[in-house]
Amino acid sequence: MSVTKRYAFAAAAAVLLIGLTFVIPSFASYQLATVCAYLCGIAGLTLLTGAGGQLSLGQAALMAAGAYSYALTANTMADAGTEGPLLLLVPLAAAVTGAAVLGLVIGLAAGRLHGPYLAGFTMALVVALPAVTSTFSSVLGGDQGLWITVEKRPASLRGTVSTEAWQAWLAVVCSVLVLTLLANLLHGRFGRHLRAVRDNPVAAALAGIDPARTKVTAFFISSAAAGMGGGLLAYTTQSASPGAYSLVFSLFLLMAAVVGGIGSLAGAVWGAVLLVALPHLISTATSRLELSADLAQRLDGNLAVAVFGLVLIVVVLLAPQGIQGLLDRIGRRLGPTRSVSVPPKSPTSPDSPDSAPSPASSTPTRLSARHEPEQLPATPKGQ
Amino acid sequence: MDRFLFLTFDGLARGAVLAAFALSLVLIWRAARIVNFAQGAMAVAATYIAFTVTALTGSYWAGLAAALVAGFLIGAVVERGVMRFVGNSSALNPVIAGLGLLMLIQAVLGMLFGNSYRTMVTPFSSNPVEIFGITVFSSYDLFVFACIAVLVGGLVLLFTRTPLGLRLRASAFAPDLARLLGVRTSRMLTLGWAMSSALGALAALLVIPTELGLNPHAADAVFVYAFTVAVIGGLDSPAGAVLGGLAVGVLLSWVSGYWGATLAPIAILVLLLAVLLIRPGGIFSMTKERTV
Amino acid sequence: MTGGLVLDGVSAGYGAVQVLHNIDLTVAEGSITAVVGANGAGKTTLLRTITGQLRPSAGSIRIKDGRDLTRVPVEEMVRHGVALVPERRGVITELTVEENLRLGGLWRKDRRAADEVLAQMYELFEPLARRRKAAGHQLSGGERQMLALGRALMAAPENLLLDEPSLGLAPKVSAQILGMLRRLRDDTGLTVLLIEQNVRSALAVADHGVVLNLGRIVASRPAAELAEDTDLRHTYLGF
Repeated sequence: MSVTKRYAFAAAAAVLLIGLTFVIPSFASYQLATVCAYLCGIAGLTLLTGAGGQLSLGQAALMAAGAYSYALTANTMADAGTEGPLLLLVPLAAAVTGAAVLGLVIGLAAGRLHGPYLAGFTMALVVALPAVTSTFSSVLGGDQGLWITVEKRPASLRGTVSTEAWQAWLAVVCSVLVLTLLANLLHGRFGRHLRAVRDNPVAAALAGIDPARTKVTAFFISSAAAGMGGGLLAYTTQSASPGAYSLVFSLFLLMAAVVGGIGSLAGAVWGAVLLVALPHLISTATSRLELSADLAQRLDGNLAVAVFGLVLIVVVLLAPQGIQGLLDRIGRRLGPTRSVSVPPKSPTSPDSPDSAPSPASSTPTRLSARHEPEQLPATPKGQ
Repeated sequence: MDRFLFLTFDGLARGAVLAAFALSLVLIWRAARIVNFAQGAMAVAATYIAFTVTALTGSYWAGLAAALVAGFLIGAVVERGVMRFVGNSSALNPVIAGLGLLMLIQAVLGMLFGNSYRTMVTPFSSNPVEIFGITVFSSYDLFVFACIAVLVGGLVLLFTRTPLGLRLRASAFAPDLARLLGVRTSRMLTLGWAMSSALGALAALLVIPTELGLNPHAADAVFVYAFTVAVIGGLDSPAGAVLGGLAVGVLLSWVSGYWGATLAPIAILVLLLAVLLIRPGGIFSMTKERTV
Repeated sequence: MTGGLVLDGVSAGYGAVQVLHNIDLTVAEGSITAVVGANGAGKTTLLRTITGQLRPSAGSIRIKDGRDLTRVPVEEMVRHGVALVPERRGVITELTVEENLRLGGLWRKDRRAADEVLAQMYELFEPLARRRKAAGHQLSGGERQMLALGRALMAAPENLLLDEPSLGLAPKVSAQILGMLRRLRDDTGLTVLLIEQNVRSALAVADHGVVLNLGRIVASRPAAELAEDTDLRHTYLGF
């Protein structure tokens, strides 16, 4: 997709989703807002883990950093008597900045770790989060977290647009913005560098790319996206607490990034939808069944986690390219003649119409074909 | 001074458990080059089985035996059922599969037993006893030491003194060569996972009663601590895991005792980061620096 | 002893690349057969195929009593009396000399017999006896080759396969090792299949010689005869 086409697509998607809020019930609008907030964090992970090959379990902690930055800024401003759009935009900017700064620090410290080491370190980070909030409980509110004064929807919209729909509008616009920026980065020079470093850091360094710098930048960008997600969650839930950003939530985000097809932004969308839809579907289904209160309580939440865990295992074993990879494969099988019989209209847009990074875009910097199998998404051996 | 001694001894008891858990991670790393992120959940599953057996029979010892057997079987099933098929095409795939297992096991435990904390009985009192006017170990601490010493000692003997141990080491160091010499490496791999998982189960069974109690997530923090220990000791080094476990246990005990228990996870984070950056090969590791 | 190998129309390769083409080869019981050929002739592939590390795409591999080895996995080979001394002296460097040796005999149930063979090995390879407790990585090249050979013999094989045993060794050491193969054949009736780049010494020690070129057998004759054939040497062996 060329840059212009991408902007047009993004604008269309935003308009479509905002239009959707006029027809769906307000609870569905709230869910849409949640999907969009998660999507920011997942898309950041897609860049970091998918294109960069760095598996981080710290995304929940970075989203928490965004949420707390939002909370502290919004509450301070509200106490000072600020109102209006400023009380919305400044905290959101603070959320992005706060998470990005934390991500930069983590990236500088842990950027040269890889594989299980980075995963273990970032896991320690998430596990330490409640300890951080209780240590600084006077500022961060301990286990209870913080309640946030949020700027409500503009007065002109009151009566015509529900709170939930307004939240969805905001989340849609912000997440489309984040995704478009990430797509530009992934398809541009930075994305090529990132994949080159992932596939073969030595070859990339020989080609003049600084691997350490590239990895730290990936951390920075991914964290900024997570910060936006955290800020949106803070706005929609009007709170920020350590319990909302647990290890399990980090695992959810990873699952969402993997299941959709790691490295593919379209896959991230699938993952975000699944993350919100599946627990909802399961709890709807279990509430229909006549279950005892005890059993219902046990199934609630746990069943969705079990399914997510199972999905993660199955995807790694059978379809490492995720849902989007499967769709691409089906698409190619159903319409193999399309790209042959219809020549591309513009020679400047050779990419396929989905936003998955095309394998060809990383070839110029890949020096050795031997490293092909190491890239993600990878094909499992021993099948 | 008394407090310092008490904290040190208490830390050694906690450290013994961390050492055992870290050793279980090292065993899998050596056999399969995988950091098993599901190790904590697998150990908790075995502990739930022990809990159930103890509740049914009224015997702690039957529960202990059940934990070891269950841990062994869970390890074998995980290797034969999942990990064997993951492949090493990407270093991330085993990590992701392990995390998937972690979610699955924790959720299944939550569905079966609920998410509330359950108190586990200990066979001995966990109140410290005074010796020469200084409070040192509780009898439960001594029991923990004895259990871990027996199991770790047994493993050391198994690995260094028996033909089976020779096969296990040969398949870990040089699987291709070992196969040429008639070692059925595939069985050795399963056995390695099973033994490691049994050791992890023992560690969880011993540590959980001294913490908040039994819960599907009871080993999350223990796993992170043990991972830190394994990295400090060097993922390749069993001796490093044991020494590192004791050292980290004491360190955590000092931090908790002097500055407050909530700081322990932060201390671990700082320690892990420092080791990964300064000495990525591990402090006790003999091998040259690995690529991190 | 029931040594001896029969390869019948064996083809093998890696993926789309076929390396061995229709190899017919009989290794006579109680003899030393040397397979020689230039780099890339397929010598190592031949050994990998016989030992089950590589599955042939066609043909069969049998031992003298008729047992079919074609589909036997590599870890079962020693149980069929086939042992390999791998290229570049594949010693497990983390294990001690004695552990390496013991490993070779582990598949046998009879512990006492294994202990006896171990003692024999220390007699046969004097230098190893002095370094029982040394780790594999502390050994010299010659010692490693002795260890790899001793370890293969611990399996009490009927067929011993060696991949370039003299590679990187001083001429004196390599002569010592090749001489030992002759003694083993004479004393125990061991059947040996030897892969060598060092054509002169290989043919000097062997009874039968086989020339491999680009995955095909181009000559199979008594070793002494091959060594005399200057045309063949010039064409395929380059000296």
